[in-house]
Amino acid sequence: MSLLEIRDLSLEFRTRSGTVHALEHIDLAVDRGETVGIVGESGSGKSVLSYAAMRILDPAARITRGAINFAGLDVLAASEHDMQQLRGREMAMIFQSPRTALNPIRRAGRQIEDVLRVHTTTLRAALKEKAIEALARVRIPDPERRYSAYPFELSGGQCQRVMIALALACNPQLLIADEPTTGLDVTTQAAIMELVRDLARARSMATILITHDLALASEYCDRIVVMHAGHVVEEAPTATLFRRPRHPYTAQLIASTPTPEKTIASLSSIPGNLPDLRRTDLPSCRFLARCERSLASCGTQPLPSVSLAAAHRVHCFHPL
Amino acid sequence: MKPVLECVEVKKHFAVGRRSRLHAVDDVSFDIAAGESVGLVGESGCGKSTLVRLVTRMLDPSAGDILYRGRNIGFIPARSFAGTQFRPKIQMVFQDPSDSLNPRYTAFEAIAEPLSRLAGVQEAKELRLQVEEAARRVGLPEELLPRYPHQLSGGQKARVGIARAIVLMPDLLVLDEPTAALDVSVQATILKLLAQLKRELGMSYLFVSHDLNVVRMLCDRVIVMYLGRIVEQGPAQQVFDAPAHPYTRALINAIPAVGGRPEAREVLAGEPRSPIDPDPRVCRFFGRCPRQVDRCRQEEPVLREVKPGHWAACHFA
Repeated sequence: MSLLEIRDLSLEFRTRSGTVHALEHIDLAVDRGETVGIVGESGSGKSVLSYAAMRILDPAARITRGAINFAGLDVLAASEHDMQQLRGREMAMIFQSPRTALNPIRRAGRQIEDVLRVHTTTLRAALKEKAIEALARVRIPDPERRYSAYPFELSGGQCQRVMIALALACNPQLLIADEPTTGLDVTTQAAIMELVRDLARARSMATILITHDLALASEYCDRIVVMHAGHVVEEAPTATLFRRPRHPYTAQLIASTPTPEKTIASLSSIPGNLPDLRRTDLPSCRFLARCERSLASCGTQPLPSVSLAAAHRVHCFHPL
Repeated sequence: MKPVLECVEVKKHFAVGRRSRLHAVDDVSFDIAAGESVGLVGESGCGKSTLVRLVTRMLDPSAGDILYRGRNIGFIPARSFAGTQFRPKIQMVFQDPSDSLNPRYTAFEAIAEPLSRLAGVQEAKELRLQVEEAARRVGLPEELLPRYPHQLSGGQKARVGIARAIVLMPDLLVLDEPTAALDVSVQATILKLLAQLKRELGMSYLFVSHDLNVVRMLCDRVIVMYLGRIVEQGPAQQVFDAPAHPYTRALINAIPAVGGRPEAREVLAGEPRSPIDPDPRVCRFFGRCPRQVDRCRQEEPVLREVKPGHWAACHFA
């Protein structure tokens, strides 16, 4: 059984301007030690899906069907107390823009101590030492000194390292990294991603990497899940996905990503926008209006899930 | 013909405390020819944004000359620059269109503002004509003009930001990460639009970006900055194919690529040196450079031509 199993999850937000059908029929499984990428445009539901897994959703969110299972625990039925035990200890998350995610008026080392105090049985006298150890593990130079630094005294890359130290302080089984390097320089991005990968390998920790950067996902993920407008449209082992994308959206996403070989002329763009997820008459295929391959029959039936080669699934009436 | 923009040994130092000075931009010289697009790349903190603010004359240089078509505009105080004839000629597209558009202005008002403020177009009919023309050029449907920013998508807002910058037909358009806030699907259309506008209007671009693949596609020439200094500049294709400076090499190496192998990547160790009162004898890249030797901290390398039009500041270039 997988470490994290999400089955047939549908989720909506009740808003004043209507119900947003944010996720529909999502299946996702993450095994121990595996790195899974979730890619898609903003608004595709990547982050909401991971928030659902941790049950840190906005109060306006309602899960209308499906199940989430984490290491044998029914996440949707668990008590808030059990979830608090789980979060930070068994599953942890690192966020985009680390500087705003850290407490600005608390020293970096103290923030790590807070996590240790809540989730572990570390003795009070050993807290500082453990916190400095955690900082050293994320390769922060001069950890003794950085222990007493406030977030504003650290660079963006170092703040993200502190976040990672916080997230990994209790050796979680699952790390959710939500755009961990957006806003960081490419050189810093490379260092941070290498750090996450090395730490994950060393503890056979499962990682979910949420990103809009296909190239980044291709380098660090074993498997990639492509989302569009609240649907999983395709999921495949990384090499397979890039060698032979089967969903038109995946193919277009790959074609619109700048690479050294492409010119402006050969760069393709995806026409249209995400559909308004408040619509009550959303077609079963939410890519329909943007798809070059759509047929008259598309969208009239429930969206099929086509299993192709090993671990390769596509949700399309008319795959490539 | 005179270059559209010429920077000669431009410096910007900020006072830090009573004695120290932060060298944000240090002895930077480059030019941009008419119709040329130049990319400016480098890590955060390297001085890109300060340089952009100097060039667009929102900030006064500590030393050096900034010339627009051969006329020195560097000495005009930033505060009064908006009143000069040069303001309409040098325009800027800002980073995040959601933050840089006034939320209480409709798209029409946002595009019309530079016209009425800087070009003195007051007559409603003329204003409407020119705004619609600009909107048409950037592919913004006319029916979106009465909308406020929150009623527009990210791509549409980006188009408003560009329309507002080109409505005065500037000679030099400075673009600060114009696509950083956009999804790849939208980014592609905006990049195509920028390439097309340049062809149609013959403007010069100074294009600041952290996405080197984008710079490679859009720019003729590229300038690489590190800690306030230009460390390499040259024809974009040549710099990307055969970078001469170890920092440029590291920068290009760090770009993730589909099918790339991060294991094979040399990750830059450490953090940049402090920009506060840097030692004039030490190479700014010292401490992070994989090739450093003793000479690098006794003598700061200067820019020299490694190939025609291709300059690098490294003892080993």
